[in-house]
Amino acid sequence: MRLGASFADALRQGADRWLFRVGAPETAPIRLTQRRIYVLPTAAGLGFAIALVVMLVTSINYNLSLGYALVFLLGGAATASIVHAFRNLLGLSLRPGRCEPVFAGEAAGFRLQIDNARDSRRPALRLRARGQSSAFELEPATESTVLLACPTVRRGRLSIGRMVIETTWPLGLIRAWTVFVPEADCIVHPTPEPDPPPLPEDGAGGVGTGASVRDGDDDFAGLRAHRSADSPRHVAWKALARGGPMLTKQYAATRGGDVLLDWSALPVHLDVEQRLSRLSAWILRAEQDGRRYGLLLAQTSLAPSLGRDHRDRCLRELALFGSDPRDSGRQT
Amino acid sequence: MTGHLMRLAAALKRARPDDAISAATRAAPLERRQATWLLVAAALTVAPHGIWLPGWIHALCLLLLAWRGILLWQGTRPPPALLLLGLSSAAAIGVRLEFGHFFGKDPGVALLALLLGLKLLEARSSRDIRAGVLLCLFLQLALFLEDQSMAVAALALLGTLASLGALVALADPAGGAREHLRSAALLLVHGLPFLLVFFVLFPRIQGPLWGLPADAFSARTGLSDTMSPGSISELGNSAAIAFRAAFDGPPPPPSQRYWRGPILSKFDGRTWTAAPVVEADTPFYVATGRRYDYVLTLEPHNRRWLLAMDYPGAAAPLVRFASDHHALSARPVQARARFALTAYPDARIGEAESPAVLAAATQLPAGSNPRSRELAARLAAGAASHAEILERVIAHMRAARLKYTLRPPLLGTHTADAFLFDSQRGFCEHFASAFAVVMRAAGVPTRVVTGYQGGEINPVDGYLVVRQSDAHAWAEVWLDGRGWLRVDPTALAAPERIEDGLAAALSAEGDLHFMLQADMAWLRDVRHRWEAMSNSWNQYVLGYNPDRQRELLARLGLSHASALKLAGMLGAISAVLLLGLYAWASWQRRTTDPVQRAWDRFCTRMEHAGVSRPSWEGPLAYADRLADALPEQAGRLRAICSAYARLRYGAPSSSAGLRTLEKMMNEIRLP
Repeated sequence: MRLGASFADALRQGADRWLFRVGAPETAPIRLTQRRIYVLPTAAGLGFAIALVVMLVTSINYNLSLGYALVFLLGGAATASIVHAFRNLLGLSLRPGRCEPVFAGEAAGFRLQIDNARDSRRPALRLRARGQSSAFELEPATESTVLLACPTVRRGRLSIGRMVIETTWPLGLIRAWTVFVPEADCIVHPTPEPDPPPLPEDGAGGVGTGASVRDGDDDFAGLRAHRSADSPRHVAWKALARGGPMLTKQYAATRGGDVLLDWSALPVHLDVEQRLSRLSAWILRAEQDGRRYGLLLAQTSLAPSLGRDHRDRCLRELALFGSDPRDSGRQT
Repeated sequence: MTGHLMRLAAALKRARPDDAISAATRAAPLERRQATWLLVAAALTVAPHGIWLPGWIHALCLLLLAWRGILLWQGTRPPPALLLLGLSSAAAIGVRLEFGHFFGKDPGVALLALLLGLKLLEARSSRDIRAGVLLCLFLQLALFLEDQSMAVAALALLGTLASLGALVALADPAGGAREHLRSAALLLVHGLPFLLVFFVLFPRIQGPLWGLPADAFSARTGLSDTMSPGSISELGNSAAIAFRAAFDGPPPPPSQRYWRGPILSKFDGRTWTAAPVVEADTPFYVATGRRYDYVLTLEPHNRRWLLAMDYPGAAAPLVRFASDHHALSARPVQARARFALTAYPDARIGEAESPAVLAAATQLPAGSNPRSRELAARLAAGAASHAEILERVIAHMRAARLKYTLRPPLLGTHTADAFLFDSQRGFCEHFASAFAVVMRAAGVPTRVVTGYQGGEINPVDGYLVVRQSDAHAWAEVWLDGRGWLRVDPTALAAPERIEDGLAAALSAEGDLHFMLQADMAWLRDVRHRWEAMSNSWNQYVLGYNPDRQRELLARLGLSHASALKLAGMLGAISAVLLLGLYAWASWQRRTTDPVQRAWDRFCTRMEHAGVSRPSWEGPLAYADRLADALPEQAGRLRAICSAYARLRYGAPSSSAGLRTLEKMMNEIRLP
């Protein structure tokens, strides 16, 4: 079973290389020319062919001239449908769109921008990759975005890999498809630990310190000018409602200084993924609390800061931890 | 946590990712439109079968279709599987009871039709729809088993269109009905060249490939090999065409258009039957006198006789001749067939007839028709020769004022007596039978010949059309030194029957089929045109068989083309057709507007210069980056980008703006 599966994989890779000329990811845009489109009958197409043979034999046996005509007309239409299916893909222009980072376990939404330059509709198309598929159609002379959601399991760089656009339009007897590898990948952040210990104080990594970092929301310390990175829940809404400027409430704990999230200060019993998971949770917590935080990993360090960009940068470091930032983190 | 995840979740919901394609197509629920397409196809296919299917089966099929239609209309779910199972078993039992068996053409078609109705009712998945479409196509083929006329062909074409429409609707659930129809029609149009080429060149094989079901050619109208009172008059009202003849040169006059069918020389008092004959490859007489060459296109009657014109002479090798001078086909004529034949109407036949045949031709069952015997004895008394007896009998019958009618009264046991002395009204079989009885009673060898008499020239295509209503019976009398002589007793009472046809002879009777009535001239004209068209259809489309294919290929300079060679030609032509379709597929009207085209060109040039524009980048932002990358031309690049933005997003402008833009673009010089 396993051997069979790996053999099938090897076969597919071989087919991809030799038959479909699929290699390294292509830089955008990918234009579907006649060389890139393949056609083969579907199971329904084979059934149809068998039915036609039966009908032809009947026509011969009973000398039905119109029977011949019917069989040849249907055969002709089915043959023409090869070209119709082919034409449904011909001339499309594909460009990978952006892909927002996600946490492992969530679905990564890969976007593909498809440009239909033709002045007619392209019905019944399907985008497939990584065992997922998404049906779509293209309006005349427009560029559309198609979204393909792929589940993620592990942190790292998830590359979409081999993508297929296929159609069985118009009769469902012929499948036309194209295989391509777009330059598209998604950064998958480590899943945040569901119930993490409180943020470490004093940059000490919080080994064993169970002390509460925050004294609670009551410990109001003052107001300062609002910064765009501030959490909305700390905005002084009342002040704003009174017509005042947008201010951010500061609490005693948040003023307590920067948090340093240090890899080496984590408990020794945690393995790599658990550590990353905890760091991930802490980053989110710190961001939520509006505390500036820095990240210290084995090879990189990020100075304390706050805000969405900083958060994404930190999470990205976690996601790509231990992997060559260019390549080896790629999940294939 | 982060709004973008929620946005993503919402987007995922919109995109509705489903399982792998195989699973999706297998279990995809049916849209209403898809089922409607199949319903239309099924209705178009099943409805014409009503002519041939037993009434209850057809009614049940239509009921099932209507049921499905109501379900579709109300949007309710298909009926439970158990009910359908019960229905199908009941239907199968019904078919078994109706036909007595399951094997053969008629029960097969009935089962297919019922299966289609039931399949439609339970159709839940796309696979069911596909099965339904295949059933529709098979039923269309089954239509041709019964009828291959132009009307049926047109219906089948509509049905095929609807079937393809159902398949298109299945592949493209989001499209509208008009779009489905358009795609299906386009496919049919593209399939048409394949149809023409394959129809002409596909190597034709003469069927059947194996034994046909016994009922394959049942229920054909036409003459039979027996004749009793009423057996020919029942054909009198049928306007169906029996055969057509195309003469080389002028056709024979009506009085010579006697088309010879089975010769009946055994008589049991009521029914005439054929006696066994000897067959040979050449006629049993010496052909003399005028000769007519013609091609007979015979409608299938599942019998061997050819209905050749009196008297059939040498013909194509497959035609055989009987010792009573009628022409035969080697096998029963089960499909419309063409025979090149000759006729010698002035030839003398049977001058040296065998004594056994002559003896048999004077036999009468003992005790039958006593009054006719008495009449014969009276007429024969004192006659010097058989010829004189013949003259006397003819004179008597002419004087008897017998009436020619399509609706003779029923006759008793002594049919000749009843006709000659009591009712005195009869159709041609009565005349021929009574005449033969009297002649035999007088000792003159006489036999009855059945066939057709007359026919009508279609002025549109010049074919002589002979209908079932032209069926006729006459007699042949053997005279020493003269051989068999044709005597048509009907002509004695109704000479116009021979010259002008049945309609003229029966014009007093108002109940003739309206198509056969003589006085509706305009209707006749329409009919002539229609029949000429059907004849061409029959000759060139339906009659395209291995022989005609050989002829045609020979005319194209392809005589002795082997099947392999034909297959090669077919392959080559198909490749050419596919290339044509490919050219159609690649051909694309340039519809993007010229401004966009110019901008695209510009962007491509800039890309080569190292600054590519991502699709989301606007022209002004791009201008900034271009200016950074190519500072020496920054001004011009900015001007181009903003000009494009103005043309693209600003108020509509004249073509001058475009020309300026293109000019500016051309002035850019890349390093």
